[in-house]
Amino acid sequence: MKDYAISDAVLVTNYINGSEGALATLIERHKQRIYSFIYSKVFDRDVSEDIFQDTFIKVIKTLKSGKYNEEGKFLPWVMRIAHNLVIDHFRKGNRMPKFEDNGEFSIFSVISDGDLNAEKKLIKGQVEEDLRMLIQELPEDQKEVLVMRMYRDMSFKEISEKTGVSINTALGRMRYALINLRKVIEKNNIVLTN
Amino acid sequence: MANFYLKSFNKEEKQLEPKKSTVDFILNYSKALKVTKYEDIQFETLLN
Repeated sequence: MKDYAISDAVLVTNYINGSEGALATLIERHKQRIYSFIYSKVFDRDVSEDIFQDTFIKVIKTLKSGKYNEEGKFLPWVMRIAHNLVIDHFRKGNRMPKFEDNGEFSIFSVISDGDLNAEKKLIKGQVEEDLRMLIQELPEDQKEVLVMRMYRDMSFKEISEKTGVSINTALGRMRYALINLRKVIEKNNIVLTN
Repeated sequence: MANFYLKSFNKEEKQLEPKKSTVDFILNYSKALKVTKYEDIQFETLLN
C-alpha cells in the first residue's frame, strides 16, 4: 500500500463535502489497479470500460447519498463493487445473447428461437447416449455418485446420507469418476461436443 | 481450458487503465448528480 500525502479517507471526506477534485484524485490514484482487476476477469476492453464506469457510478451514488461508512478502506470497497459487477456481467451473459462486433452484422447472431435445429437435436441425443454408455463403464461406487449428482441433481450432503459415506468420500468419488471418464474419452478419441 | 486459466499477462497488459473518455464521463456524471433528501425519501437529479 502506497503512502500518499493525502489519504483516501481524507479525499473521500472532501468529496462528500463537495470537492469534485477529490474524486478525480481518487480515480487517478486507483484507476489502473481497478481497471486491471476487471480486465483480468473479463478479458475484454469494452466490457472492462463499462464495468469500470458502472463501478464509479455506484461509488458516486453511495458517497453522495451519505451511505458510505469509513469502517472499511476505500480501495477494497471499490474493488468489492467491481467484483460484484463482474459477477453480474457473467450472470447476464448466461441469460442474454452477446453481440460481437466483427464488422459484419447478422441479425441471427442476436436473434434465435432458442431451440436446437433438427441436426443439433440429433447430435445432442447421440452425445448423451454415448455419455450414458461411458458412465456404465465406471466402477459402481463412482457411477452411483455421478448419477445422483448429475442426473438426479442431488447435493453432496444428500449423496453422503443416501450412500452412507462422508461428504469428502462422495466428493472424491465424483472427482475420480470425472477423471476416469476423461481418460476413457481421450483414449478412445470420443468427441462429445455438438 | 487450462490455457485460459493460466493465461499470463505480458508487461504491457499489466499497465492497463481506462480510457480518458471513461474517466471524463465519470467526473462529469459526478458533477451533474445531485442527491436531495426530503424526509425519508432520496431524490437523484442529473443536472445536465
